Amino acid sequence: MDFFLTLLVQGLSIGCLYAIAALGFVMIFKSSSVLNFAHGELLAIGAYIFLVISVWLKLPIYLAFIITFVGSFLLGFVIERLFLRPMIGEALIEVIMLTVGLAAMFKGLLLFIFSGNTYVYPNFLPAGLAVKIGSVSISPVYTATFLITVLFLIIFGLFFKYSSQGIYMRSVADSQTAALSLGVNVRRVFALSWAIASLVCAMSGIVLGILNGINVHDLSKMGLKVFPVVILGGLESIGGAIIGGLIIGVIETLVSGYFSTSLRDVVAYVILVIILMIKPYGLFGLVEIERV
Amino acid sequence: MENNIALLINNISVVYHDVIQVLKGVSLEVKKGEIVSLLGSNGAGKTTTLRAVSGLLKPENGRVTEGSIIFEGKPIHNQPPEVITRLGIIQVLEGRVPFKYLTVEENLRVGTATRWGKPYKEDLELVYYYFPRLKELRNRLAGYCSGGELQMLVIGRALMAHPKLLLLDEPSLGLAPFLVKEIFDIVKRINKEQGTTIVLVEQNANMALNIATYGYVMENGKIVMEGKAQDLKENPDVKEFYLGTTAKGLVKSYKDVKAYKRRKRWL
Repeated sequence: MDFFLTLLVQGLSIGCLYAIAALGFVMIFKSSSVLNFAHGELLAIGAYIFLVISVWLKLPIYLAFIITFVGSFLLGFVIERLFLRPMIGEALIEVIMLTVGLAAMFKGLLLFIFSGNTYVYPNFLPAGLAVKIGSVSISPVYTATFLITVLFLIIFGLFFKYSSQGIYMRSVADSQTAALSLGVNVRRVFALSWAIASLVCAMSGIVLGILNGINVHDLSKMGLKVFPVVILGGLESIGGAIIGGLIIGVIETLVSGYFSTSLRDVVAYVILVIILMIKPYGLFGLVEIERV
Repeated sequence: MENNIALLINNISVVYHDVIQVLKGVSLEVKKGEIVSLLGSNGAGKTTTLRAVSGLLKPENGRVTEGSIIFEGKPIHNQPPEVITRLGIIQVLEGRVPFKYLTVEENLRVGTATRWGKPYKEDLELVYYYFPRLKELRNRLAGYCSGGELQMLVIGRALMAHPKLLLLDEPSLGLAPFLVKEIFDIVKRINKEQGTTIVLVEQNANMALNIATYGYVMENGKIVMEGKAQDLKENPDVKEFYLGTTAKGLVKSYKDVKAYKRRKRWL
């Protein structure tokens, strides 16, 4: 039983990680219908920026966090400006292929600079984060992942629910023509959703780096892992991304705990195939509000 | 006299996808503080005229190829909608188009996009003053509102932008007659009390001519008739083709063979 509970807690925590990784993906898809295949690479870039600042430049951790977030936010803006904006009005498939190209480019660049070695962050998590409930003990990494996710979700929840810019972003996702007719700056909304997605990616990249170490191949593989999560949850649903992330995280950890760790990466895609066969719009896919 | 004119459309032609010509030399003039209605059958080019003014041609791959559109002395044709809306021209789209997954109040807040960062509480109160129903519905998802409520919502949403020129595209579409009357009364009040200039595109010619001061009739991408609203209402051709009565004012009947044979002679 204890073994099960430990796995469950670990699974939920990893699920949280998948959830924030998927959040960025859903955000871009919702606002501009673009599937971002460079998601894993954005994650890796975030993780490496943090590595360079905290380990190589030896700046304090809080500063490393701030610089990483600001940097990846700006990176999102730049990517949108340089690569996505000229593609506005082109066919969707071309834009998606562009993100595939971006992925290859970023990955090559990272491999060129850091090669395929695995790096680790210094252990900066306070020991006080280790929690012991009964006989189940949770290591600081998992507690931190959980706390960071909850914090991010609350911040984003408030941003989208109450801030004007958040409401404009949702309006563009809802009806682009109507948003244009009211003077919403749609291009700014696109840029902002890339920036926020990139920031969220950096966050999950750092957490993943703490968990498994930083390796270009491992991190960019997360870009694919997002697909089962968002398709399970429904591509348009942020709530679905969170629940999808938790489900996949828990199932993965349970499978690797009870059966074999080598099944771990496969099981998510098995779920993906099953979901696509029985519920192609996902658990929380857009239920069109139909009125005539 | 010149300063009196809010909008001047000067002989514009509009082409979609570089091939399909929809407007062929449309000219019209809207004085400040006035309601002008634009009538015509389906496909006459009314909506395209509005889109040319509001800049929403571009997403549809359309372009003003000739002529000019002047708003308060400035040329605005082929400008992007972000620029045009900030000058105070707001179009209310045909078929309402609410943000279905936003609540009523959030829908209204999107209307503040042209004045991002400025306080909007008073504007909300103003909209609720004209449309008290919206206040009751403020926390409901727009997707679950009725047609009449949505029409109020999209007009209210446009009001949030403090428009100088409001372009209304068929507000009566698919609404019960008493609701149409209610909404038109409110539009008239907004025009009077806020001094908003309004261009009203309508199929419901009777209603539109009741609140408008001036009217234009479009057909096949051209203006075929214009005049004071009162004169248009009396015009035998308008009566025949747009008001559904005979030239004598009787309800049209197919028993009357002569009326049936009447043609639009300006085509």
